Amino acid sequence: MHELAITQSMLDLVLEQAEKAEAKSVGKINLVIGGMTGVVGDCVQFYFGFLSKGTSAEGAALSFKVIPTTAKCRDCDKHFELKEFDWTCPYCQSNNMEIVAGKELFVESIEVE
Amino acid sequence: MEIKVVKDILGANEQIAQKNRQLFDSNHVLAVNLMSSPGAGKTSLILETIKRLKGKTRVGVVEGDISSSLDAEAIGKEGVPVVQINTGGECHLDANMTSTALGSVPLKDVDLLLIENVGNLVCPAEFALGEHKKILISSTPEGDDKPFKYPLMFHEADVVLINKIDLLPYLKFNTDAFSRAIKGINQKVEIFPISCTTGEGIEKWVSWLLTQMSRRQS
Ligand SMILES: Nc1nc2c(ncn2[C@@H]2O[C@H](COP(=O)(O)OP(=O)(O)OP(=O)(O)O)[C@@H](O)[C@H]2O)c(=O)[nH]1
Ligand SMILES: [Mg+2]
Ligand SMILES: [Zn+2]
Repeated sequence: MHELAITQSMLDLVLEQAEKAEAKSVGKINLVIGGMTGVVGDCVQFYFGFLSKGTSAEGAALSFKVIPTTAKCRDCDKHFELKEFDWTCPYCQSNNMEIVAGKELFVESIEVE
Repeated sequence: MEIKVVKDILGANEQIAQKNRQLFDSNHVLAVNLMSSPGAGKTSLILETIKRLKGKTRVGVVEGDISSSLDAEAIGKEGVPVVQINTGGECHLDANMTSTALGSVPLKDVDLLLIENVGNLVCPAEFALGEHKKILISSTPEGDDKPFKYPLMFHEADVVLINKIDLLPYLKFNTDAFSRAIKGINQKVEIFPISCTTGEGIEKWVSWLLTQMSRRQS
């Protein structure tokens, strides 16, 4: 549901960067989205379609790099992907872990003309 | 031509949140962001908290609601300053809406600002408001699997309040397993089981708040 606000912020950021580079149009936007954010790519795509109308980013392709939610075990130090309904370390069964990836939500780069 | 950006999508919100934080700090206000699913007990908790802090602490309230002003009216009856934000359909508060609302809060006369976010466990987790502490209310009828479904919210929370414990006898809710899952991914979290109906556990929550306030003042 928060994709509308997120897409608007993303578009603002992209347009600002494009303007700084004196670009005529934006062809592609490369996004990085962590699994923990719950941001749905299809929703972003949908909102982007109408929010970008009439801007220099209209028609730009969106690419999503999804980062899986990754934890580091506090007991055995190993890294693993956090499973949906089982938060135990697959190596030592510990419940103590630190989330080391999955909260990302940023624009990595844009391709402009 | 490719341009490297590597900038947070919510960076603009973050900047406004920091301004709100400065405003809280310069007025010596402790601001807490109350988040939960719809109906978990945010307004009930605010009412209970106000009652117990009467004469001890000056409380102010910001009420985020998609459209109605029922919650704000209930709180206004308690005689504390309350400002309503209608998000106009948005599923969360953001720093900008909060900033606008703060213009109508007499911050100089407030020690504790309780911000009721929109009932939703996904979106509010992403949007900082400038608060000092994030409080998550999870109520027992929602089930003990909520941390697995909304990991970001449980990961970010400073406090998790397990509300409606008066209903535990009628539910399959494993408080130990629930708390263990949260603490496993969130070492800083404090968990308090409470009931806004019977008042059980509220005292501990209120004393946590008072501790936070006295830490900030010293
Ligand atoms: N049994 C029981 N009911 C509770 C408790 N706390 C709140 N309720 C009830 O739960 C319902 C919702 O409470 P609210 O405080 O309005 O919840 P809320 O989170 O503010 O709801 P929204 O603002 O609509 O998202 C009300 O009918 C409350 O009386 C509790 O500890 N036990
Ligand atoms: Mg409410
Ligand atoms: Zn391990």
